[in-house]
Amino acid sequence: MRAAVIVFPGSNCDRDCKVALERTTGAHVDMVWHQETALPDRLDLVVLPGGFAYGDYLRCGAMAAVSPVMDAVRAAAGRGVAVAGICNGFQVLCEAGMLPGALLRNRDLKYVCKRVELDVVNAQTRFTAAFAGQRTAWMTVGHQEGNYFADSETLDRLEGEGRVVFRYRENPNGSARDIAGIVDETGNVLGLMPHPDRAFESDLGSVDGAMVFQSVLQSALEAA
Amino acid sequence: MTSTSVTGPVTGPVPGLAGALQSGLKAEEYALIVKRLNREPNAVELGLFSVMWSEHCSYKSSRRHLRRFPTTGEVVIQGPGENAGVVDLGDGQACVFKMESHNHPSFIEPYQGAATGVGGIMRDVFTMGARPIALLNALRFGDPADPRTRRLVSGVVSGIGGYGNCVGVPTVGGEVNFHRGYNGNILVNAMCVGLAETDKIFYSAAPGPHLPVVYFGSKTGRDGIHGATMASAEFDAESEAKRPTVQVGDPFAEKLLIEATLELMASGAVAAIQDMGAAGLTSSSVEMAGKGGVGLELDLDRVPQREAGMSAYEMMLSESQERMLAILSPGREADAEAIFARWGLDAAVIGTTTETGRIVLRHRGEVVCDLPLAPLTDDAPLYDRPHTAPAKAPRLKAADIPAPEDWAQALIRLLGSPDLASRRWIWEQYDRHVMADSLEESDTGADAAVVRVHGARKAVAMTCDCTPRYVAADPLEGGKQAVAEAWRNLCAVGARPLAITDNLNFGNPEKPHIMGQIVAAIEGMSQACRALDFPVVSGNVSLYNETDGEAIPPTPVVGGVGLLAEASRRAVYSNLKAGQTLILVGETHGELGASLYLRDVLGREDGAPPPVDLERERAAGELVRALIADDGVRTVHDLSDGGLIVAVAEMALASGVGVKAQAPAGPPVGALFGEDQGRYLIAVDQAAPVLARAAAAGVAAAIIGRAGGETLAVEGLFSVSLACLRDAHEGWLPAFMAGSVNASAET
Repeated sequence: MRAAVIVFPGSNCDRDCKVALERTTGAHVDMVWHQETALPDRLDLVVLPGGFAYGDYLRCGAMAAVSPVMDAVRAAAGRGVAVAGICNGFQVLCEAGMLPGALLRNRDLKYVCKRVELDVVNAQTRFTAAFAGQRTAWMTVGHQEGNYFADSETLDRLEGEGRVVFRYRENPNGSARDIAGIVDETGNVLGLMPHPDRAFESDLGSVDGAMVFQSVLQSALEAA
Repeated sequence: MTSTSVTGPVTGPVPGLAGALQSGLKAEEYALIVKRLNREPNAVELGLFSVMWSEHCSYKSSRRHLRRFPTTGEVVIQGPGENAGVVDLGDGQACVFKMESHNHPSFIEPYQGAATGVGGIMRDVFTMGARPIALLNALRFGDPADPRTRRLVSGVVSGIGGYGNCVGVPTVGGEVNFHRGYNGNILVNAMCVGLAETDKIFYSAAPGPHLPVVYFGSKTGRDGIHGATMASAEFDAESEAKRPTVQVGDPFAEKLLIEATLELMASGAVAAIQDMGAAGLTSSSVEMAGKGGVGLELDLDRVPQREAGMSAYEMMLSESQERMLAILSPGREADAEAIFARWGLDAAVIGTTTETGRIVLRHRGEVVCDLPLAPLTDDAPLYDRPHTAPAKAPRLKAADIPAPEDWAQALIRLLGSPDLASRRWIWEQYDRHVMADSLEESDTGADAAVVRVHGARKAVAMTCDCTPRYVAADPLEGGKQAVAEAWRNLCAVGARPLAITDNLNFGNPEKPHIMGQIVAAIEGMSQACRALDFPVVSGNVSLYNETDGEAIPPTPVVGGVGLLAEASRRAVYSNLKAGQTLILVGETHGELGASLYLRDVLGREDGAPPPVDLERERAAGELVRALIADDGVRTVHDLSDGGLIVAVAEMALASGVGVKAQAPAGPPVGALFGEDQGRYLIAVDQAAPVLARAAAAGVAAAIIGRAGGETLAVEGLFSVSLACLRDAHEGWLPAFMAGSVNASAET
């Protein structure tokens, strides 16, 4: 499996994503600088990592959404490459219009870092297939703008089409319908506020995050 | 974001004595300057002297006493005197760490004050070539009933989080106290721990003349001028008007600065480097040239500036954040430029090192400063301030202390008191997991934070400790205790304690009784550091913590670092299992002087603190470490505030399992609430081997209970449900911050 992690100057989970991918899937991971306009060939996965892309003093992800590398990311998703935005990456994907809705300031207006238990709502996506019969997953969140918002029509559609893939069992941020992660209509683009990259080995308190990366590996092997 | 930058120009001092006094210098110090220079300094030169000779930069009141600290040892690579201390972790790896205060700015503008405190301490660490891997903080706030306290807690916590979270360094531990003694002068002490390779440590001394001096990072503005001077003066009612001297932090710029600095170092272009901290461009340039024994010429017109028309005085004294000064190896300017461009940082070669031993500043075509460096760095006055030995509080006997009318209520009250209540509301605002190497952090129930050395089996353990009420009652014992508690917390997770950084927060050293506290606390700390092989490798002194003549409780905070050679062999207090036996290690005499029971249950703040027997402390700690390393002990908690019963309750709550305990011998109030030092609580399946090993080591150890059920019970005294204890423990801080309790009624 080949993966690319996009590195914005304020990304701070770029290394974590690389390490998590290497350890859980054995993937070859390239780090791609935000000013690049092309991605490496034959990619199976592009990760937009957590952090504060350009400081996020403006709306989170708003500047990153129009950065040079994003055209290539959008094109890759169009070709069927899996694209996963984690935390700040989810915010970037919403700002870029690659996922519907927006991530608002948390209900309590404060940054929240805690372990969260998730329902695996749809274990039939290319990002969740490895969960198979496992219905719940432990990961951690760390964000100030993770309160997912969309109009009720959009929310109904997301739920109706099985595009809500993870839900919080105890909502930490006020997110609409307890949504923690969604996919786009093609199923190629995942946005996820919790961090699988901080929950991939038992020393970190949970191994459940590894399943997200292993699901992508599985789908890459099937495609090959 | 609160705007705190100055809009108008800041004028320099008028020349002469009047200006010197206005800049915080004393008349005799000014006379000394004139004598050294053989002339009167101009306004810019006076500015340089005022910051370099400030307490903050020169340690003029404390330096004589700081020399008593042991600063060497087999693990010490770099002791005090550089940006941060460095200790050896083996395998070519080193740990770089330091703690620093940002007290005055945080009281005036809590968000920016705390945020820039975090930024400053991180720069001290990565300036030495280390990647920051963890942050901790030691915070002291005033009485919860003081109307300012809630706003200060809220601002400081979001400032710490706002900075560290963005930069992407986990905030993994710390401590918080509330006491009316901090009402007008809170303490914000931030600690940063970094990792470097032992052969790639960077220093600040300029290696020679004729080398380019490069400035990089954020532009220079008018913020923070006189910060070092402000940090060296008492507070009064007017202090909040000093808001313009508080700097504004930009954590995104700091993130860029870390990456660019580490990349620049890896490229081989850096000959010497120094961050611009307190006293900004002045102290960084003067220290680099001074330590290197060279001279320096700077052209201030080349300094990247945020505002038009800045004067030389303003540029030299600005404390704008996220700025670095480096001396490059010859011919490496182009490489450096490429790195700065990649990270989008402002940068400029602003001067060169010279052979003159002088600092020469040019601005708008004129020489605005021409001073020999030696008087700035070496001739700062060194004071032996008069000090009076602190009066010793009398030792209390447990037999004379009233037992609580209701034991369960007393425990509930302590667990829900401002000093012992859960800090969840605070640490949930800190990213504790970024970098994916945090094994133990505030949420996991361990006495020290534990962070893996990336990619290795070993880990670094870290903690911040001080018990100000002990130091107030007896600065010598309190100083010993601060060091011993840090050492104990590291042992409790199984780490070998390596070294400490310290942050000495005191009142006005010109008052003999305050100076007496400083001298005695340093002596106590030194004794403990020697006895425990726990040298001081870095530190910071914050004096003049007074408001309207009232000093803070003496607060010498200790930041301890230890090494876990095999990270999987560590202990926490959150994994107690039903059926396990609880063993108390160490001796219990029922020391209730200066205890939390006395203060928060009986409303008394008297008595001598528990004495620290350093030999016993060492023996108990070594035993516990051996039990963790060799005998598979995985459940350990140190005993500190609140004594045995609070430690049992914390272990039970963190693990979600009850305990049936027996009070050790002696009056039960002393046995349960006494704060005797050198003690640990451990839990095991089989007690006999542990007791045997303790006996062989000559350390007292006794079975005091068994885990199981959902209540905490002490035979013959009381029983209380864990749910009830948890409500009290978890409830207080969120309720206080929501404005729904006023803690003054409680304490």
